[in-house]
Amino acid sequence: MVTPASSIVAYDLLRWIVLIPLLASVINLFWGRALGKNSAGALASAAVGASFALALYVFWQLPATGIFRDLVYTWFESGSFRVNLSFQVDALTAVMLLVVTGIGFLIHVYSLGYMGHDDGMVRFFVYLNLFIFFMLLLVMGDNLLILFVGWEGVGLCSYLLIGFWYHDHNNTIAGNKAFIVNRIGDFGFLLGILLLVTELGRQGIWTLDFLELQGHVQMLSPAIISLITFLLFVGATGKSAQLPLFVWLPDAMAGPTPVSALIHAATMVTAGVYMTARLHFLFALAPSTLSVIAWIGAATAFFAATIAVTQNDIKKVLAYSTVSQLGYMFLAVGIGAFSAAIFHVFTHAFFKACLFLGSGSVIHALGGEQDMRKMGGLKAHMPRTYWTYVIATLAIAGIPFTAGFFSKDLILWQTFSHGATLQWGIVLITAGMTAFYMFRQLFMVFHGECRADAHAKAHLHESPAVMTMPLVILAIGSIFAGWLGAPEYLWGSRWDHWLAGVFGAAPAHHGSVSTEIMITLITLAVVAVGIGLAYAKYGRTDSKVGASVDSGSILYRLSLNKYYVDEIYDGVFVRPFTACSQFFAQIIDPSVIDGAVNGIAAATRGMSSIWVGLQTGNVQHYLAAFLVGTLALLAYCLGQL
Amino acid sequence: MDPSTLIFFVLATLLVVSSLMVVFLRNVVHCAMALVAALLIIAIYFVTLQAPMVGVLQVLVYAGAIMVLFLFVIMLLNPMTPEQPRRAWWTLGTLLALLLAGGLVPMLTKSEPAGDPLAATELFGSPEMLAKSLFSDFVLPFEIASVLLLVAIVGAVVLAKREH
Amino acid sequence: MVPLHYYLIVSAIVFAIGVLGVLIRRNLIVILMSIELMLNAVNLTFIAFSRFLGSMEGQVVVFFVMAVAAAEAVIGLAIIISVFRHRQTLDPQEMQLLKW
Repeated sequence: MVTPASSIVAYDLLRWIVLIPLLASVINLFWGRALGKNSAGALASAAVGASFALALYVFWQLPATGIFRDLVYTWFESGSFRVNLSFQVDALTAVMLLVVTGIGFLIHVYSLGYMGHDDGMVRFFVYLNLFIFFMLLLVMGDNLLILFVGWEGVGLCSYLLIGFWYHDHNNTIAGNKAFIVNRIGDFGFLLGILLLVTELGRQGIWTLDFLELQGHVQMLSPAIISLITFLLFVGATGKSAQLPLFVWLPDAMAGPTPVSALIHAATMVTAGVYMTARLHFLFALAPSTLSVIAWIGAATAFFAATIAVTQNDIKKVLAYSTVSQLGYMFLAVGIGAFSAAIFHVFTHAFFKACLFLGSGSVIHALGGEQDMRKMGGLKAHMPRTYWTYVIATLAIAGIPFTAGFFSKDLILWQTFSHGATLQWGIVLITAGMTAFYMFRQLFMVFHGECRADAHAKAHLHESPAVMTMPLVILAIGSIFAGWLGAPEYLWGSRWDHWLAGVFGAAPAHHGSVSTEIMITLITLAVVAVGIGLAYAKYGRTDSKVGASVDSGSILYRLSLNKYYVDEIYDGVFVRPFTACSQFFAQIIDPSVIDGAVNGIAAATRGMSSIWVGLQTGNVQHYLAAFLVGTLALLAYCLGQL
Repeated sequence: MDPSTLIFFVLATLLVVSSLMVVFLRNVVHCAMALVAALLIIAIYFVTLQAPMVGVLQVLVYAGAIMVLFLFVIMLLNPMTPEQPRRAWWTLGTLLALLLAGGLVPMLTKSEPAGDPLAATELFGSPEMLAKSLFSDFVLPFEIASVLLLVAIVGAVVLAKREH
Repeated sequence: MVPLHYYLIVSAIVFAIGVLGVLIRRNLIVILMSIELMLNAVNLTFIAFSRFLGSMEGQVVVFFVMAVAAAEAVIGLAIIISVFRHRQTLDPQEMQLLKW
């Protein structure tokens, strides 16, 4: 492993990147209503814009192997264990910073239009800014504990934003589900952190600082490292929606679309990938965990894609697609290609955000309709939305020279050349399915006859500039963002070079260039098959969309009902747990605990009513008792003589 | 048996009998009279024990003033209803008193200082000796006792006043 | 010479009789008189010890006991008068208000 750079520079500017969104959030919290919806929104967007500008500046100043640090204050100190509130920017963090603030800014601007008619718009921007703050804390923290604070904070904001329209009880249930499932993952995460701290402490090193960890983790035994990394990965499965804790992400679509775009596509869900990348030196020492990660990644990618192919809700398709793409990222992590994983995070942020915002534009235009069977033919009415959506779809499918092509193919190539042929096969088929369901969505929404009802049709209009401009910018990014990481036989990768300072030099190619080109061609062939199938079923003007294809077949029904995963979890985990809680609440608590407490009280009362008989009020009785005591004393003294 | 011992036993018997009379007689005035008798016998004992000053004080203060006060109150209150004897309580009380006596006697006699009584000087127990101790070693308790008596007087007047 | 412990035995007996009186009688005045009896028994003990130890302190104590007994008898009788005015009785059994 390459040891960190020799240049660690203290840089006071870093804290402002994090604090400005927090300040805007607080201002909007207290004075937002006084400012008015539009000003509050403008303030919030400007704050994130300012953070983005600062992030750009820092990025420009940062050398590829350099590290900037900003110590704000010491959070706590216990003996030799010291945790600071301190920020760090290296090459990896710089990338994440630009993604979070840049795409965050675009989504804030978009929300000015999308939430413009909503009464809770001010509250929305408060939460959104708070989210940016926590996410920045997460990526900029220089120790595992600050990362965890950000981790929990974004979970909180996710809950607040999913249940944003809280008058509908289903939304709050979805928010609860997200938070609780995350919590399960976080439990593992916390155990991992604690184990790490105590095991290192046993060796005499008390720290959670990343640079210090990097220097010392090899002191731990491999078994301990495997356990720690496994626990940390459990946290990542919760936050980044992998098997088995992905169930909250589709339900999270209950939140407003900008939330889905920002949190559940571009930033929060990638926190798990970021965390593993940040701790790459630890994971690299645990090959068993890495292989588990790779398998879960591949399996999740495949599994989610099989569900996405039948979904009829426009946002659910994108949600399962996100789960699937996250699987790709974890597969890359699992085979040790951290740089490729982060590259896919980067490109995915662009096209997934673009897709979500585009779907938001469609939903907005149709007055709230989300069922794709009631869409169609929107191409003519919403050109800008349509073309940006096309570009983003091409990117996610992996059409050559789009961003997705470079990042996804890089992962596929790395998987194959590392010898993980079975996993490569799985994600190859998944790539085909991805192309299929994305183009299916494109055709169903924008092509063919318009199947919307009269009310929606009357409402139909292209979205205002404040919403389409971010779409355009993101679409441009969906093409060119990937050009930073082109394979060697084209124009080489600036990306690997940039991140070499963090992950070490790119591993030597395990295969020849010709094998690489062949793999790419195979992938393209599978993608073409997928697109062709989609066109055949949904693209032609005579295709029937209203009646679902193959309705009634077992596989179809399984896929449409997401393999009944939620129902299974409900039956296996939730119900027994609830029954247990009921038992404790209704039986144990009243009889045993209250019984014990009340029993003591009753016993005391009983005893007291016995002894109270001594209080007769008759002085002579008291004197007799007195005398008995004196006699006892007398007897004792006599005994002593 | 020499005369002093004989006198002692006679007086002891009389003392015990009058004490029993104080406790067991029905009529309160009779009890008061028995108590006076007991006090006088004790005064005699004081004199035989070479405490003449205290003996005289016993007669003057105790038998004289205090018992007169008792008689005044008895006359004032004129309690008439005789009490009903309670068998169970009386047996218990007697038992306890017997136990008490039984315990005290060995206690007191075992801890007796051995040897003859020290030769008493002429002045032992006389007013001079008493006064000497009282006004030198015990002057503080003396003063406090006077305050106590003052307080008792005031208290008694307040308590026994007829309410208006 | 009469030995010391004769006096002590007599004193103990009179004390016990006084205790008996306090316990048994249902007339407040007689109870007070029994208390005086007890005090006198103790006085006898003090004087006896004073004689046999050759110290005046015993007699001084008796002096004070008498003073205090006087004060106490006065207050006690005043209380009895006060109680009699309210309750028209001298039976301690009738005065059992201070109980649960």
